[in-house]
Amino acid sequence: MQNRTEDRTEQRLDRLRGRAPRRRHDARTIAALTRNPGCARRAVLDAAGVDKELLARQIGFAAPFGQSPFAIVRGNVFEARVTADECAALLTLLAECLDTDAEAGADEATSSDVIYLDLGASGAGPDAEGPARRLERTEAVLRSEAAARAGAGSRAETRAEPRRTVLLAHPLLRLAVGGQDVYLEPDLLVIRPDGRAHVVEIKSFAVVDGQADGEKVAAAAVQAAVYVLALRRMLGTPAAVSHDVVLVCPKDFSNVPLATRVDVRRQLLALDHQLARLTTVQTLLDALPPEVTFDLAPAADGAPTRPAGELTDALDQLPARYAPDCLSVCELAFRCRQEAAGRTAALGASVREELGGIDTVAEVLDLAGGARTPTESQAEAAAHLMITARMYAEGLSAGQALAPPLAPLPAPAQLQASLSASHPVPASASASVSGGEHG
Amino acid sequence: MTAISSYARALAVATGTAAPTATVRHAHLSARPFVLVPLTLAGEANAPLAAMVGTAWDEATLLVVAQPRNRDLRFAFADQLAQIMLPHVLGFAAATEELTSGPRSLDAPQLIVPNPAGVEFVRLFARSTRFRSTEGEYAVAPNVPVLGRWLTFFAERAEIPGSSLMLAVTDLLGLHWATGQSALEDANLAALLGWIDPPPGLRGAAAARLAEDPRHCPPAGPTTDPGFDTEQLAPAIAAYDTAVAAAAADPAAGSAGVARAVTRLENLLRTQLQPTWDLVWRALDLLDGLPPGASVPARWETDRARYTGFHTYMVEEGLPQARRDGAVTAARRLNRIEQAQAAYDADRAFDDPLVMAQHRVTGEAFSGTVVAVERDRRIPNGRGKGRLVTRPLLTVRTEDPIRLTVGAKVVASSRRRQECVIEAIDIPPEGGGLLITLEARSGMGRSAVPAPGTVAEVGESLCYSAVLADGVRSAPMPDTADTPWTHGGPPEPYEPTEKDTAEAWE
Amino acid sequence: MSAVGEIAGLAGSAGSAGSAGLSPAAQAEAVTLAILDDLRAGRHRGVIVDSPPGAGKSTLVVRTAAVLAASGAPLMIVAQTNEQVDDLVERLSARLADELPAARIGRLGRTGYLPSARLAGLSNVVTASDVDSLGEPEVTISTAAKWAYVREGTWPWAIVDEAYQMRSDTLLAIAARFERALFVGDPGQLDPFSTVTGDRWHGLVWNPMQSAVAVLQRNNPDLPVHRLPVSWRLPRTAQDVVADAFYPFTGFRTGTGFGERGLVVPGPAESPVDDVLDVAATTGWGLLELPARHTMRTDAEAVAAVAQLTRRILERGTLATSGGERTRITPGRIAVGAAHRDQVVAIRAALGGLAATEGDADHPAAGSGSGAGAFGASGAGPGSAGWDGQVVVDTANRLQGREYEITVVLHPLSGRRDATAFHLEAGRLCVLASRHRQACLVVARAGIRELLDAHPTSDPVHLGEPVRFPDGWAANQAMLAHLATSRVQL
Ligand code: SF4
Repeated sequence: MQNRTEDRTEQRLDRLRGRAPRRRHDARTIAALTRNPGCARRAVLDAAGVDKELLARQIGFAAPFGQSPFAIVRGNVFEARVTADECAALLTLLAECLDTDAEAGADEATSSDVIYLDLGASGAGPDAEGPARRLERTEAVLRSEAAARAGAGSRAETRAEPRRTVLLAHPLLRLAVGGQDVYLEPDLLVIRPDGRAHVVEIKSFAVVDGQADGEKVAAAAVQAAVYVLALRRMLGTPAAVSHDVVLVCPKDFSNVPLATRVDVRRQLLALDHQLARLTTVQTLLDALPPEVTFDLAPAADGAPTRPAGELTDALDQLPARYAPDCLSVCELAFRCRQEAAGRTAALGASVREELGGIDTVAEVLDLAGGARTPTESQAEAAAHLMITARMYAEGLSAGQALAPPLAPLPAPAQLQASLSASHPVPASASASVSGGEHG
Repeated sequence: MTAISSYARALAVATGTAAPTATVRHAHLSARPFVLVPLTLAGEANAPLAAMVGTAWDEATLLVVAQPRNRDLRFAFADQLAQIMLPHVLGFAAATEELTSGPRSLDAPQLIVPNPAGVEFVRLFARSTRFRSTEGEYAVAPNVPVLGRWLTFFAERAEIPGSSLMLAVTDLLGLHWATGQSALEDANLAALLGWIDPPPGLRGAAAARLAEDPRHCPPAGPTTDPGFDTEQLAPAIAAYDTAVAAAAADPAAGSAGVARAVTRLENLLRTQLQPTWDLVWRALDLLDGLPPGASVPARWETDRARYTGFHTYMVEEGLPQARRDGAVTAARRLNRIEQAQAAYDADRAFDDPLVMAQHRVTGEAFSGTVVAVERDRRIPNGRGKGRLVTRPLLTVRTEDPIRLTVGAKVVASSRRRQECVIEAIDIPPEGGGLLITLEARSGMGRSAVPAPGTVAEVGESLCYSAVLADGVRSAPMPDTADTPWTHGGPPEPYEPTEKDTAEAWE
Repeated sequence: MSAVGEIAGLAGSAGSAGSAGLSPAAQAEAVTLAILDDLRAGRHRGVIVDSPPGAGKSTLVVRTAAVLAASGAPLMIVAQTNEQVDDLVERLSARLADELPAARIGRLGRTGYLPSARLAGLSNVVTASDVDSLGEPEVTISTAAKWAYVREGTWPWAIVDEAYQMRSDTLLAIAARFERALFVGDPGQLDPFSTVTGDRWHGLVWNPMQSAVAVLQRNNPDLPVHRLPVSWRLPRTAQDVVADAFYPFTGFRTGTGFGERGLVVPGPAESPVDDVLDVAATTGWGLLELPARHTMRTDAEAVAAVAQLTRRILERGTLATSGGERTRITPGRIAVGAAHRDQVVAIRAALGGLAATEGDADHPAAGSGSGAGAFGASGAGPGSAGWDGQVVVDTANRLQGREYEITVVLHPLSGRRDATAFHLEAGRLCVLASRHRQACLVVARAGIRELLDAHPTSDPVHLGEPVRFPDGWAANQAMLAHLATSRVQL
């Protein structure tokens, strides 16, 4: 029964995607699940593995995301520098950053007890045999290290076992996301003498005097949390993987690496919750008409040929939950913003709240001007809006009487007129809103 | 977002043009602002790529770093900027007035950048230059660390609410107009101006969309458009590198090639800077069209005093500002910022009925008409000895939805020196709003009878606000040398060391 | 351990091991003795005591003050509000009158300070607005704000009460006045706040925007931290949910067991509102769920439901049972809590004369979080025909530290479309969900679960800044899951 439901879901998702290869999740897209988890449109497209970027371009709303070649070069240069000579530059940094006070000084011979294991670069991408092998080896190393420490731990005081640090470069992890296996490639793992593994994330944004861009750190933290979660699920022992990850960034204005410990417990909570919710996608699919598909109908050269109109119609079947934040996280943002024109949600959550939670701007202004009788559930909002409109109009006219502008305000005559009228906005203005909305 | 600004956004959506959220200008605008439009190289830590600077729209100077990864070129840029900027900044110091608290300059320099990211650029650029040594292995031009310290001063003042020494244009515009888009989208200067002052024939939304397209309108920086980086900047920088390499091999023939490569870069970067430069000046013109708020000159006086203070410091000591605040500095600064914020919030509302409108919506302010006055009321002063004090009672009728209670302290915008306390709130028997009874506590002169005109008369319209600046107290802090154990104890006294200047660059 | 706790690798909840065999009173006493021991030994300049809701924090402060006063070393006590100061003065006055009749308490007030009526008759209390006029009392008490203006003198000992509500910069201003100090507070309540954003100080161990305890611990990581183990206020029904949601690392236990507290609600239930009261009578929790709808903050229906629920508690003659004793619930023993001021105003209006007016909440006639409740003696008088007192209606901020028999809470997320950091703050919900001795009744619109599910995570992360736990989003999930078991739909 359970399986049949899953099959049905998979088939429907395959049909939604059409002929294109499935866009697999990676750490970045999994991390993005936490950014607008309420959006059904995105949830379905991601579950189906639709290439949202291509889709957006095909419907004429290409996403504004691009990376400068300079940023890419800098990132590569920095990572190469950090990982050169079996991460020699990192060792002391990691020890300083992860050693608790109690541990500090306990192991003197830091560098001599370091094992560096490179599980092989991904090169051109995981081939048929590659990922399975790397995954296996990653798991084997982690398990044997954990077992060795567990043994050592029971005879802790004898110090018979070497207290060593293992650096694991290019490991491969697996995480089930909505029933699909996703392969993940963290930069580096370090297994400390106490047996705990820490995820190491190398980023090229600068940490100046101990501070970095909070958005960038947040993105790195949630990405690292994806790795922690994957590791914990692979090993089945959460305690073996620390929730403290290590962020390695350039220090100040130099290229010298600096390691900082970041606690990702909050990110883990959010990720875990959102991954568990992915199963609800079937409910969303059930609501879709059977013919809906986002097949881009690629030509021989891979270029999509599906008419934009058809794709847009298909998108319309999936309810969106647009918020301005989408502009920085989702490839479809320009399209969804267009759809949301005239809605208060497009102005931001706090604006919508201040407007009494009324859905559209036209309604807001009609209620504020008394041009529309509020429904029972709008009564409070309407009262609030009428007061706001009155205060706004009084404030504006009092201000202009007090201190006439030196030059005419660049507000159009329409606004001036509307404010002096008893209703803040004449019906014509409202009409033009609804006109613009569909135009 | 406030109710008023949200409503104004809704109006903007409907009319297609930004709606005013202020009727006066709440910041000082210099007659000769120093405008700085910076660009940085993507991926690097605040590496300057170019800047357009100047004090008049038609007098722009373009500065370019042909290879931003080259440390020497970065500092050459800093030196060039210092040569232009320092004379301007220092030029205001000579003309001062003597106050009891010391000298204060008659005017001060004002630094204008396009957006908050520009402020952040200045902060970091200041940080990367103020510790530099002017001698030894990594010597920089003598101007460079001085510039760094001044820029640090500007960046720190930019954190003080109400200060006009350094302003970001998008912040300024956002203070005075609400657009029909989200605050996030307002961060784009061109889009914001598209709403406030759309080109003829375009509605705000359309103008903003156009402005968001980097091919149509380059971003206001400091980050450049990735498409521009890939298609134009990267080849041009590569050409410069090649030219330099060629010049190294054959100086005679190569120098012309380098010059050509630099010119190409200059032309390229001008295309990215000029539009933003023009937008900044257009925005300043628009803002200039608004009359200044009543409290703007007083706040600018504070800015002038700070400027003079820092100028004196630079002459007398001139050490670079610390990397981070110590415990005592941090606490003092927080208290200063909180006080400035409270004063600025109160001032703006008193200066501008449209700002006050927000407090009226939330019920923290009310406007009404005086319906009764008991002008010569005298009551015991509460400290015994049978002394009486003058405490006139005013009754104000208001229709506003107030949420103040008896005992609340309020001040009228037209009588800011008079503090009143709400004595009673009654519903008039005949209906129609509320009757607020106020006791005037100050601002009536020294004699037993209030001086003429100091108490409102029947029929006068007033707007009282409970949003006052005196809510925030700031405790005296210990000296830095006495930092207590709870906060880590006294820090090492700060002295710039070799380490500061020898900081690695590559 | 909750699922949430497992993900975050948290310690788990109630009933700390180790001393499991002891009675609550013995457990609490053991901790108190350990605290006094640490103080006497003087090994550390500071001792921190974390106290879950109603764990006898004030009792500890008063007892410690008496011990220190008896030792002969002058003591200063720092509280956060004038009401807290007066509470402490009153209780310490009584205690010292018994134990150290010669000892004097100095109550320092601001300039022009007039002692409140409740302190007027206390013979061992002197009041003044400057230290010199106090003479040299054994104990000097004032607010942190006032202490900041005392620029001279050093006290060998200080007790800082409600230290988690005090800001780091305030502590900096007064720290020179004492050599050693005991810091007492509830880590689960609301953090101090500022009107400005303080990005510039992120990552500094002396970040002035953090709490006094946070700055203390980050600069002195070796200071001992004690935890009061027993909540005397909360009923057993609140133990696991409050501990899991808000004290995930430490937990606590309640002083009473199942069945020792509870409500008796006479008469048949006539409506869903009555039903929820009946549910709460046995489970200690009640969720009155209104149909899902996005509303204004001052959702008229929800406000009416809150008022109605409050009225029905009284109209039905609800009795509180505690250790076999039955006491009629009077208005003064009920508090109504909400997140926003405008909600408070609306609820007060809906309750009419039943609600205390603005400012009355400051006078703890209703019985503040007093340890008096600790051993079962409720401050309320015996049930009488008339209603004594009035219902206190206030925001979470202002209900901090207070104690009532029943609380009625308008859920901070009720009717909302989206949650902000303000609405999700764990401390806010914790305050609202931990003021009661008997039962907590929550009124909310359906849909909060969906709201939490759809909540985007986009907060910036600052390097070097400790993560604030519990996470508000997770705490809300945990609380909601528990409330669902005591739900009645309207
Ligand atoms: S941009 Fe559209 S599809 Fe993407 S998350 Fe936002 S609303 Fe959903």
